[in-house]
Amino acid sequence: MTATLTPPSIPSLAVELRGLVCTFGTVKSGTVKSGTVKFGTVNAVDHVDLEIRAGEFYSLLGPSGSGKTTCLRLIGGFERPTAGQIRLFGQDVTGQPPYARDVNTVFQDYALFPHMSVLDNVAYALTVRGVDKATRNKRAGELLELVKLSAFASRRPAQLSGGQRQRVALARALVNTPKLLLLDEPLGALDLKLREAMQTELRSIQQSLGITFIYVTHDQGEVLSMSDRVAVFRDGRIEQEGTPQDLYEYPRTAFVADFVGGANVLPGALVGRVGGRFALRPERVEVSADGPGLNASITSVHYLGAQTRLELDANGVSIHALIASSRKFTPGQTVNLRWDAADLRPLED
Amino acid sequence: MRSERSSWGLRVAAYLGVAFLHIPLLLIILYAFTSEDRTYTFPPPGLTLKWFGVAFARQDMWAALWLSVRVATVATLIALALGAMVAAAMARARFRGKDSISLLITLPIALPGIVTGIALLSSIKRAGLEPGLATIVIGHATFCIVTVYNNVVARLRRLSPSQLEASQDLGARPFQTFRYVLLPHLATALLAGGLLAFALSFDEVIVTTFTAGAEQTLPIWLFGELFKPRQRPVTNVVAILVMLVTLLPILLSQRLTQGHEEMDGAGKST
Ligand SMILES: Nc1ncnc2c1ncn2[C@@H]1O[C@H](COP(=O)(O)OP(=O)(O)OP(=O)(O)O)[C@@H](O)[C@H]1O
Ligand SMILES: [Mg+2]
Repeated sequence: MTATLTPPSIPSLAVELRGLVCTFGTVKSGTVKSGTVKFGTVNAVDHVDLEIRAGEFYSLLGPSGSGKTTCLRLIGGFERPTAGQIRLFGQDVTGQPPYARDVNTVFQDYALFPHMSVLDNVAYALTVRGVDKATRNKRAGELLELVKLSAFASRRPAQLSGGQRQRVALARALVNTPKLLLLDEPLGALDLKLREAMQTELRSIQQSLGITFIYVTHDQGEVLSMSDRVAVFRDGRIEQEGTPQDLYEYPRTAFVADFVGGANVLPGALVGRVGGRFALRPERVEVSADGPGLNASITSVHYLGAQTRLELDANGVSIHALIASSRKFTPGQTVNLRWDAADLRPLED
Repeated sequence: MRSERSSWGLRVAAYLGVAFLHIPLLLIILYAFTSEDRTYTFPPPGLTLKWFGVAFARQDMWAALWLSVRVATVATLIALALGAMVAAAMARARFRGKDSISLLITLPIALPGIVTGIALLSSIKRAGLEPGLATIVIGHATFCIVTVYNNVVARLRRLSPSQLEASQDLGARPFQTFRYVLLPHLATALLAGGLLAFALSFDEVIVTTFTAGAEQTLPIWLFGELFKPRQRPVTNVVAILVMLVTLLPILLSQRLTQGHEEMDGAGKST
């Protein structure tokens, strides 16, 4: 199976979601008219339209309960949509069970099979496809090499560390080269250092295998460094979609401005505009002890290492700013704030 | 150390408790070897092995043993199938009144045998069934199901649903998920529940007296034998046999569920 050239017949879209709705609660699927929400039910996913290109590292970002996991489970086939359509690589899979979809998942709790060795876990997808033992063990061995766990092949999952389990789950999900891999907060249980190492590793594995990844997280830092594109979820809807740069530089709503990178959301009147609200990145706020600019007083100072975060109050509006730690300010001090007018991003209401 | 001394007192209490529980059993074993065949004088006037020969020569004893083995085997198989299925259904289903249903399933093990017996007898009569092997099996299955059910329910509770999902996700058909993930997960629970069920059925008397009709299982044969004046030690020999057949499965099942803390329903009241 060597594909040196991508055949033109392979569709360029890996995933298409059309008007996808998933309702939990007492209302049975099919009885919900679009647009109406009955008492006692929640639209965990609420009319989501999404297109993910083949080969992309695509992230679903959003706060807890915003519907990211549900969206992923709909794509994997573990939840049935109340309405809408799911297409994978051009094929409608809406009613298909998980085992009929060419999609694998790395579960948040890894879901390794405790009674099987690491090797048997990794080989599972081949075992159920009837691949003979020698072939599947060879292939599983290759995957264990990829995730640098060859020495652990005969161990049980319980004898591994969290990070090692995470790699086994990844190897197991990749063994039959799925076209699409779903990852639900796969690094959530790891410590910061391991997390960062795994981020780099995941990204490089994704690029070398050319598999489409859909990555769920609520960690915006993770998303910005790894993703090709990102969808920001809020209450089951996509609030904004785009490249990490788009989201960070041009947030369209106050929610995105705040959630991705923690921007200031300021009323137009304060920043010399007429009406509306504007996003301003904390690191673009210039703070000086004197000179022209908006008058503000420092309410608190948080030392973060290389940078220091200032909480300020300007005419009753709270603003925060990130400055180099070499500059010293004290709480209660009155300062002047300035910014480049081009850094003010108008927000929709 | 203080704890050393208090544990000494506790140890004496524990030994006394164990002695109280087990001295009667030891006496039963002892009197299987006595040379005196009518009264249990202590100490026995002499020791002999002849009662084993006498017991093993009794055709009616072998018939009763064979019936008990068949009853316990069939009741266990029924309990395994039904108990596991009910447990699986209860683990997946979410409905109102689920707790009451769960209670109803486990009730037969708590119900006095005499109540179960009378209830079964009247149902058997109403249904026009002839008491015999089938009715004994039905009676035993009512409480055997519970041991399997309890073991499997406890084990299912520890199965994270994402494991079944992971299996499907990797391409396993429902039967393959059952075969490769669910069954290995439940295997020792099923075995432990089955062994307990077998032991419970093998030494059951009360329910059996209502459902057996003219048939004699080994415990019932033993019970009848007690009232015959001669050859008393024969009953002791058979009692040892019953002890072995019920004790071994219970010990084994305890080993199988070690660390799982799910030996629910190990004892049946009355
Ligand atoms: N099986 C379910 N039954 C009922 N409600 C559910 C179910 N699963 C999810 N929900 C609800 O759907 C909404 C979205 O949940 P979801 O798990 O998709 O959120 P999430 O974005 O993944 O959050 P998190 O970051 O905490 O994992 C929540 O309000 C949740 O309570
Ligand atoms: Mg989630």
